[in-house]
Amino acid sequence: MPEAAYTPQEIMTIAAARRLKNGAVCFVGIGLPSAAANLARITHAPDVVLIYESGTIGARPDVLPLSIGDGELAETADTVVSVPEIFRYWLQGGRVDVGFLGAAQIDKFGNINTTVIGGDYNAPKVRLPGAGGAPEIATAAKEVTIIVKQSKRTFVEKLDFVTSSGYTGHGNGTRSGLAAGRGATTVITDLGILQSDPATHELVLAALHPGVSLDDARAASGWKLREAAQLDVTAAPSPAELEALRDLQARTAAAHGGLGTAE
Amino acid sequence: MAALTALREAVSEFVHDGATVALEGFTHLIPFAAGHEVIRQRRRGLTLIRMTPDLIYDQMIGMGCASRLIFSWGGNPGVGSLHRFRDAIQNGWPVPLAIEEHSHADMAARYQAGASGLPFAMMRGYVGSDLPKVNPRIKSITCPFTGEELAATPAIHPDVTIIHAQKADRKGNVLVYGIIGVQKEAALAAKRVIATVEEVVDHLDAPPNACVLPSWVVSAVCLVPGGAHPSYAHGYYKRDNAFYKAWDTISRDRDTFQAWMQRHVLDTRDFAEYRATLAAESRQGSYA
Repeated sequence: MPEAAYTPQEIMTIAAARRLKNGAVCFVGIGLPSAAANLARITHAPDVVLIYESGTIGARPDVLPLSIGDGELAETADTVVSVPEIFRYWLQGGRVDVGFLGAAQIDKFGNINTTVIGGDYNAPKVRLPGAGGAPEIATAAKEVTIIVKQSKRTFVEKLDFVTSSGYTGHGNGTRSGLAAGRGATTVITDLGILQSDPATHELVLAALHPGVSLDDARAASGWKLREAAQLDVTAAPSPAELEALRDLQARTAAAHGGLGTAE
Repeated sequence: MAALTALREAVSEFVHDGATVALEGFTHLIPFAAGHEVIRQRRRGLTLIRMTPDLIYDQMIGMGCASRLIFSWGGNPGVGSLHRFRDAIQNGWPVPLAIEEHSHADMAARYQAGASGLPFAMMRGYVGSDLPKVNPRIKSITCPFTGEELAATPAIHPDVTIIHAQKADRKGNVLVYGIIGVQKEAALAAKRVIATVEEVVDHLDAPPNACVLPSWVVSAVCLVPGGAHPSYAHGYYKRDNAFYKAWDTISRDRDTFQAWMQRHVLDTRDFAEYRATLAAESRQGSYA
């Protein structure tokens, strides 16, 4: 059956890729965001400008980078600048349309945690890698798309730590201190797509992937998940989209000694 | 003026117990050979600074070189956790490790402030983040012109910055190209600079806008071919992604880690011997 001939991770990656408009300037996080951004570039958005925090602007990697600073990015970029320059002139300077990020935990306002899980900051149960570029990408990009697998572990009522902010006004209509950017406006999961409600700024379910029920999505959320007035169904991946994604992942696996996509 | 010297002597002379040391290189040109030499010389109580601790700080932390870490992202890129880094933070093994945590944009700005001779860095950052609550060195400042509140953090001034670069000439001028990361800022922020290089040449043949650290800001240049392995040197060799993957297994268990470090670092005389032990294992099909 064609409808079942793809995995939840594939439709998540493809749904994220579709959100990236041709010509947009995208600051890309490593892992799933990088897979989605590059899939967009090799399918419907050939003129998308991919920026990585290693300083590569306009990268066109043939295989997905394992790390954020692989040589493939430098070799295919329009230009390579220093790390201070990428953050100051290009990100803080307001030249980024969309940030593509991952997260370990997310709350209903799009705040994300990549720092610690459980315990407290000084004695965490699990120490995660930390902030990297995310706090400034999340607030300086004009908007942010977050790509994360949905479960009660990742979709939480209260974050153990706010590494990077989503909507900082928490429903009161203000974003004091934020000079630019609307925060996390879109979240793509393996179950569906969430969009921020313009009035409350809460992330609400806007679409379910084919075969996923509203109950499935609610059961995989640690907060009381609301749905938009109109709940769509994501278009199933086309054969062309699937072929492009699988070719990209096969090239990547071959290049990285069987490691496959970075996550 | 940079002296062409052996790495062993440069580390012995410039990296002292208790020093504040930055080994920089963003994915690319990570100075592994120099980190190994610090481990061989059994330095203790170091404050280690690095945006992305990567495998080299996992090794130095696991071998007990560090008492403090200043960083912005501590993982094994594309693979997972840094197990020695986590064990030190979560369990204080082998010695307690204090951490000071920032964002990438901030670390880059702090190095720039250090290189610029300014007391602090200023940026629009950490909006809505909990990091300022757990790091008292992240403060804020009000713009005297617009009233905007901005983040302020102290400049970084390492006692020693260590970088790996592609080339030096015989006078000790050092050329870095490809992903240049934050090396120039980290070098110019430091009191002393050690540069390990892939090769020493008669002429750098660098174009006018190339990233060159002039000899007179570099304390020592050390010829260490392959000195960035398992990271990479653009134009010389690729990143050894298989090693990064294997490290996950090697480093997960304390005993396995210690045995590996003993065999490959403590029991080898220098980086060339280390590479030879790895090559032998790689021929047998496995690093771990």
